[in-house]
Amino acid sequence: MYKIISADFIAPNVKSFIIEAPLIAKKRKAGQFIILRVHDKGERIPITIADSSAEEGWINIIVQGLGKTSAHLNTLEAGEHLQDLVGPLGLPTHIENWGTLVCISGGVGTAEALPIAAAGKAAGNRVISIIGARNQDLIIAESQMAEVVDEVRISTDDGSAGRKGLVTDVLQDLINEGLKPDMIVAIGPLPMMAAVSNQTRDMEIPTMVSLNAIMVDGTGMCGACRATVGGKTVFVCVEGPEFDGHLVDFKELGMRQKMYKKQEEESHKCFLEKQMKKIKAEAMLEEV
Amino acid sequence: MIREKPQSFNTVALKERLTIPRQSMPEQDPFIRSTNFFEVNLGLTPEQAVIEAQRCIECKKPTCMDGCPVNIKIPDFIQLICKKDFLGAAEKIMEDNSLPAVCGRVCPQETQCEEVCLVGKRFEPVAIGRLERFVADYAMENGNGSVKETQIPQPSGQKVAIVGSGPAGLAVASDLIKEGHEVTVFEALHEFGGVLVYGIPEFRLPKTILRQEVANLEAKGVKFIKNFIVGRTMTIQELMEEEGYDSVFLGLGAGLPRFMNIPGENLNGVYSANEFLTRSNLMRGYEFPEWDTPLYRAKHAIIVGGGNTAMDAVRTAKRLGAEKASIVYRRSEEEMPARNEEIHHAKEEGVEFLNLVNPIEFIGDDQGNVVAAKCLRMELGEPDDSGRRRPIPMEGSEFIMVVDMVVIAVGNGSNPLISQTNPEIETNKWGNIVADADGRTSMDAVFAGGDIVSGGATVILAMGAGRKSAAAINEYLKSKVGSSA
Repeated sequence: MYKIISADFIAPNVKSFIIEAPLIAKKRKAGQFIILRVHDKGERIPITIADSSAEEGWINIIVQGLGKTSAHLNTLEAGEHLQDLVGPLGLPTHIENWGTLVCISGGVGTAEALPIAAAGKAAGNRVISIIGARNQDLIIAESQMAEVVDEVRISTDDGSAGRKGLVTDVLQDLINEGLKPDMIVAIGPLPMMAAVSNQTRDMEIPTMVSLNAIMVDGTGMCGACRATVGGKTVFVCVEGPEFDGHLVDFKELGMRQKMYKKQEEESHKCFLEKQMKKIKAEAMLEEV
Repeated sequence: MIREKPQSFNTVALKERLTIPRQSMPEQDPFIRSTNFFEVNLGLTPEQAVIEAQRCIECKKPTCMDGCPVNIKIPDFIQLICKKDFLGAAEKIMEDNSLPAVCGRVCPQETQCEEVCLVGKRFEPVAIGRLERFVADYAMENGNGSVKETQIPQPSGQKVAIVGSGPAGLAVASDLIKEGHEVTVFEALHEFGGVLVYGIPEFRLPKTILRQEVANLEAKGVKFIKNFIVGRTMTIQELMEEEGYDSVFLGLGAGLPRFMNIPGENLNGVYSANEFLTRSNLMRGYEFPEWDTPLYRAKHAIIVGGGNTAMDAVRTAKRLGAEKASIVYRRSEEEMPARNEEIHHAKEEGVEFLNLVNPIEFIGDDQGNVVAAKCLRMELGEPDDSGRRRPIPMEGSEFIMVVDMVVIAVGNGSNPLISQTNPEIETNKWGNIVADADGRTSMDAVFAGGDIVSGGATVILAMGAGRKSAAAINEYLKSKVGSSA
């Protein structure tokens, strides 16, 4: 069992966990992920490691409660345990001194982009961060990002923070202002990574994306996580998770991510019903 | 090697033995079992086991042992069954095979011990596999899980790390713990057993059997660590240099599933057999939503391939409620690598066999879900490298089948993790680890065996390779003590 040291909501429905995992913490590099199971009948889900401390023996993951497993995970508190935790998985991010690195992130992707931005900065790059969200409340890790990069730019769909618009609008603004990015790393929802890759393809700016495929074992055995990159099938768990955004078949991956949409909804509904019953029972016991 | 003939306890006259019919194993009714995941075979009764054992004619030069990759003392354990000493028989098997309840279920006896049984030359061979299974199950139920405690060996003070808890790794663990070494098994997944837990379905090998076999090893002192990926969580060097392991055995198993490289293979509903079976077996997807992992319940599933894995997948699809579950195989039934028993069981359960058919494309709807398979009919030409007749497409034979799930069961490649993280261990062009007959790799003190060396094979061959490596590791550790003393 793997102990949760702390668990705090950092945005609506988004929780940050510090988990005791000394071996993973010691080995983990930027861009790698873990696979966890919440309980003994749970599914295996991959989550990118946002931060870690080898000295203190913990890793940090940021979880957005979207489906059954992530919603269940987000009910856990400090002191509780995860059923299973394994890692670090995947290849670490390739970092070098490209010159100017732009890290574009959306949603919880910002927490995952943070270690890459920090590593990029440490390698000598000028690093600019573009953070996108639907609204101000959903922006996470902005202050931590500001500590490690040269400049942070924000975009929100409703204009409640930063520029009203999308991350691609901010990138265009920067380029219009004369910025010449040598490397772009985009991490976040698939449509965002697809839009950034489309935008930078014509400009011939190398763009790396971190693919979030459905996985089961995560060690190169099952083949669930396959995606098409440059016309070839790749296995994201052992060949990725990072790939050249200009070569990724985002449409196919988008459809593959929805493979279990119906089952996921069913499972989520079952879970919410159980949670409601639990809450009602607790309320009744309090009244009695 | 001259073996002493075991004492006979067979009370039936030699001539009469050949008139006893081979005892058939009771099994679940095909119609009922095709809707559940309980074990198909129910095992011989004690009475049946004794009758079956009495069919053995006690050859002067028994060939059955040579047919067994781990050389179980078959004549000896059969006589103990005649004597009704079932626990004794189990102990006799355990001298050579640490997983009798597993092997009694999944070994292809018809091409091993039973193929060379002399009774089988004229009649049906002695049902050695069924007898093995019977005594192993009997010992589990009546011997309190483990047979008589073997003597606790003198600790050697040496540590061995075993990577992977599949058949090869468990065989190595079993042999080395007897030698007094400190043995730790590292497993990447959250359950122990490797392919025995993620690959072989509950209806062929119940998980409780496997857990019991693992618990037996644990009781003997083997340490088991799950959720640990050697190469990622810790490297081989770190295990040896920082954790003090004197030797490492790599039993990683097969790796990435092979696909056919035809259009539409990444459509939703197209699975590798590894994924489909892992979702069902390890993750218990057949109990979704009680268990969290989702799994397609198809109306018409096709499974491409003709091996045991294909049979496991098609029978799983049937049990998940498929109206039609079909094997699509490019050669004829004669060339099928699957065990006859598996093909027979699949047919009984209503599986359709489309032999001499090969898919060339999978077609999807606008949501990316597979809806049809375009196939060609094949005919057999001259034998190829494998000695089997080569399938050749028939011109103008293209046809389309409506399907809502496809499982590709055409084998596995190698796992890339070790070559990614340990480039000093030599691999061949297929990515399999290069090892000599005793499992020695190009790295000192590191041994390997099972599918990671041989490519996809059987449980018992992996165990056989594991046992050879165990002997070599033991020699290596002894010489190490000798040289440092």
